[in-house]
Amino acid sequence: MLRYLLHKLALIVPTVFGISLAAFAFVRLLPGDPILALAGERGVSPERYAQLVEQFGYNRPYVIQYLEYIGRVLTGDFGISIATKRPVLGEFQALFPATLELATIALIIAVLLGIPAGIFAAIKRGSWFDQATMGVALTGYSMPIFWWGLLLIIFFSGYLGWTPVSGRIGLQYFFKPTTGFMLIDSLISGKSGAFRSAASHLVLPAIVLATIPLAVIARQTRSAMLEVLGEDYVRTARAKGLAPRRVVGLHAFRNALIPVVTTIGLQVGTLMAGAILTETIFSWPGIGKWMIDAIGKRDYVVVQSGLLIIALIVMAVNLIVDVLYAVINPRIRVQ
Amino acid sequence: MKKKLTFAAALLAASVISGMANAKQLVYCSEAAPAGFDPSPWSGGNDFDASSRTIYSRLVEFDHGKTTISPGLAESWTVSDDGLEYTFKLRPGVKFQTTDYFTATRDLNADDVIFSFERQWKKENPWYSYLEGTGWEYFTGMGFPDLLKEIVKVDDLTVKFVLNKPEVAFLPDLGMDFASIVSKEYADQLDKAGTRQQFTQKPIGTGPFQFVDYQVDAVVRYAAWDGYYGGRQKIDDLIFAITTDPAVRAQKLKAGECDIMSYPAPADIAGLQADTNLKVDEQEGLNIGYLAYNTTMPPFDKVEVRKALNMAVNKKAIIDAVYQGAGQPATNPIPPTMWSYNKDIKDDPYDPEAAKKMLADAGVKDLSMKIWAMPVSRPYNPNAQRVAEMIQADYAAVGVKAEIVSYEWTEYRERGKQKDRDGAFQLGWTGDNGDPDNFLFLLGCDAIGQSNYAIWCNKEFEDLLKKGKATTDVAERTKIYEEAQVVFKREAPWLTIAHSKVFMPMNKKVSGFVMDPLGIHRFDGVDVTE
Repeated sequence: MLRYLLHKLALIVPTVFGISLAAFAFVRLLPGDPILALAGERGVSPERYAQLVEQFGYNRPYVIQYLEYIGRVLTGDFGISIATKRPVLGEFQALFPATLELATIALIIAVLLGIPAGIFAAIKRGSWFDQATMGVALTGYSMPIFWWGLLLIIFFSGYLGWTPVSGRIGLQYFFKPTTGFMLIDSLISGKSGAFRSAASHLVLPAIVLATIPLAVIARQTRSAMLEVLGEDYVRTARAKGLAPRRVVGLHAFRNALIPVVTTIGLQVGTLMAGAILTETIFSWPGIGKWMIDAIGKRDYVVVQSGLLIIALIVMAVNLIVDVLYAVINPRIRVQ
Repeated sequence: MKKKLTFAAALLAASVISGMANAKQLVYCSEAAPAGFDPSPWSGGNDFDASSRTIYSRLVEFDHGKTTISPGLAESWTVSDDGLEYTFKLRPGVKFQTTDYFTATRDLNADDVIFSFERQWKKENPWYSYLEGTGWEYFTGMGFPDLLKEIVKVDDLTVKFVLNKPEVAFLPDLGMDFASIVSKEYADQLDKAGTRQQFTQKPIGTGPFQFVDYQVDAVVRYAAWDGYYGGRQKIDDLIFAITTDPAVRAQKLKAGECDIMSYPAPADIAGLQADTNLKVDEQEGLNIGYLAYNTTMPPFDKVEVRKALNMAVNKKAIIDAVYQGAGQPATNPIPPTMWSYNKDIKDDPYDPEAAKKMLADAGVKDLSMKIWAMPVSRPYNPNAQRVAEMIQADYAAVGVKAEIVSYEWTEYRERGKQKDRDGAFQLGWTGDNGDPDNFLFLLGCDAIGQSNYAIWCNKEFEDLLKKGKATTDVAERTKIYEEAQVVFKREAPWLTIAHSKVFMPMNKKVSGFVMDPLGIHRFDGVDVTE
């Protein structure tokens, strides 16, 4: 087990370097630089520009800049944001819980609705329910997030007045964050109505963010179920006179679940990408909006370190999952 | 006795709670998160709204809704005859804000004023580089490092600025955000504690509101400062709800989640005006949207060609379609609300036939060119792509073939500055101190490669610009700038497109909000009726 773990860890090292190099290079491939981005219409004189380039050290060879950067990262210093002058790690810590909370709720919605919808569509293949579900799923999958978010705001918040327009909690609730997760913090605060307010603020952004994963999961579940339902052992189970519920629930669903779980895992990437737009529409203070702002401002430090931190988290999660696999299934360790 | 005490405590608690319930709160839906709360290192309007205009004060202040100045932290001043020495008498008894992280032991004095400028000016000042990579761009951009010779403390409440050369706009410059006065005592305290960074995260000033809390990218909270020298504000709590999308800001205002919002999208204005709970204030913007020819490249180096192209464009149609009526065709490079605006100048008439003839007379045949369209919406030009399309159609009518090009925003401006740039370039400007020079400098010879996208260096215009800067008499300066506008119109380095209107939608219960020509949002003097 220890060898397996060391093997996995050894693989992480080159990946981290690769990602840090890619993030460092990509942000510099963008036209312009932080000095020009901050100057705006006023512009900056060539002399002043040269001074600032010197001051920021952008005139030094890229290799030196990269090595310095990675050297600092290895000591746990992810740098200071060029735009806000605050430590990148501190900003990340302040904003990440908001994204995680939103993405988790969105994933729960997607799974809880997507899997049953896919199963029923598969059982009732060709029925109006199947066609309607898959039609809606296709629409959801193709829906531009920006437009969809605005549409929901206008209808539910503007027209019906059921949900708040944006933000994480009503402004009347003011307390210092403990965990950064508003649902939990609102409960801890003990203020009446705070939890309800936080939950109501989550509804629309979570629905918007869940839309695409929900569509993908529903479609994947349906096709996986259809494949399994056509297998010989299911036919045998039916022939043996098992109750249809048992056939579907026990024999078919459990086997169909394997590709579905893989798909759910892959939706984490979709959620992160979707969070960027969702957070922008709903003024949700998370890392998606943070990264977009940083790219616009050519905040090299935030972009390169932000990407690196996100990659580190994803790799850590993957490592934990790999280890869990190995714990559950000893054959993997040997492989 | 014990019972009595309990009762008193309960009464006190009840009064505090009821006081909290009655607290007057104003929620402002702002367009972007502030980079920090130190008023001097940053230059975005949203940064100023959140720092200098709420938390801090300056020696002189712009009058509400005007570009004229009044005494601020300085109650009076004298200027030497040669215009090189400005002596300010500070207002006595001005208190710095008291918060849970700082309590001042003394009132504002000359040391605070000197510190506020020297930290941006003198490299040896330890606070010059307290934020990594800070260039103090506004201080530098306004030419202060060359302008200031020394700042002298005459006594505790008297401070003298000595300049290297006369500068007519020096007083209005001191009303600008970067010139906000900060607390030296607070800086010293942080120095001792080794926590300089806190200066921009937990600000202390002498302004109408004191800082309470900032949740990154989400909410900024302020409370009225009881000791404000201008008197306590009528509202108790001021909240900035950061909402980047203009359509979402409009929805929040309609839903009552905020009381007032900045920068509505032109398409939303009619809907906001129709809402019976809301009112929409409007004001002529202190701005200009323009199309700059590259005056160094043929055939745009010929005045006749530039004039002909100007005459080919139907500005009224652009105002109606793109600005949705919220603007007016521009004649001069400065807006009509600004002093020295020359109203005798007539705009180039919209006359495609004459334009066609002028182009033929100038020997221009089958001209094909580029029209540059900004990728972003700005107050002076809400949709540059659409403007470009309309100009393209107008040009086609006079036989000029135009191709529209656009790039990412930073890239766009960089490419626009290139000396061999092809075609005409859309951009604009919003004034930052109400002085005509603050617009006309855009076309100065020194600004080539910086903000002069017409790459236009005209000696006559340049001489007037320099003369204007060295003249103190306003009447005389007015004449100089009026003449500069005549030269500008005759030479036509730009097609002046429009001066746009600026809108400020708010709930009807908000009173006392005055729109500012410089585009800043001030909440001192604002009230809400419950």
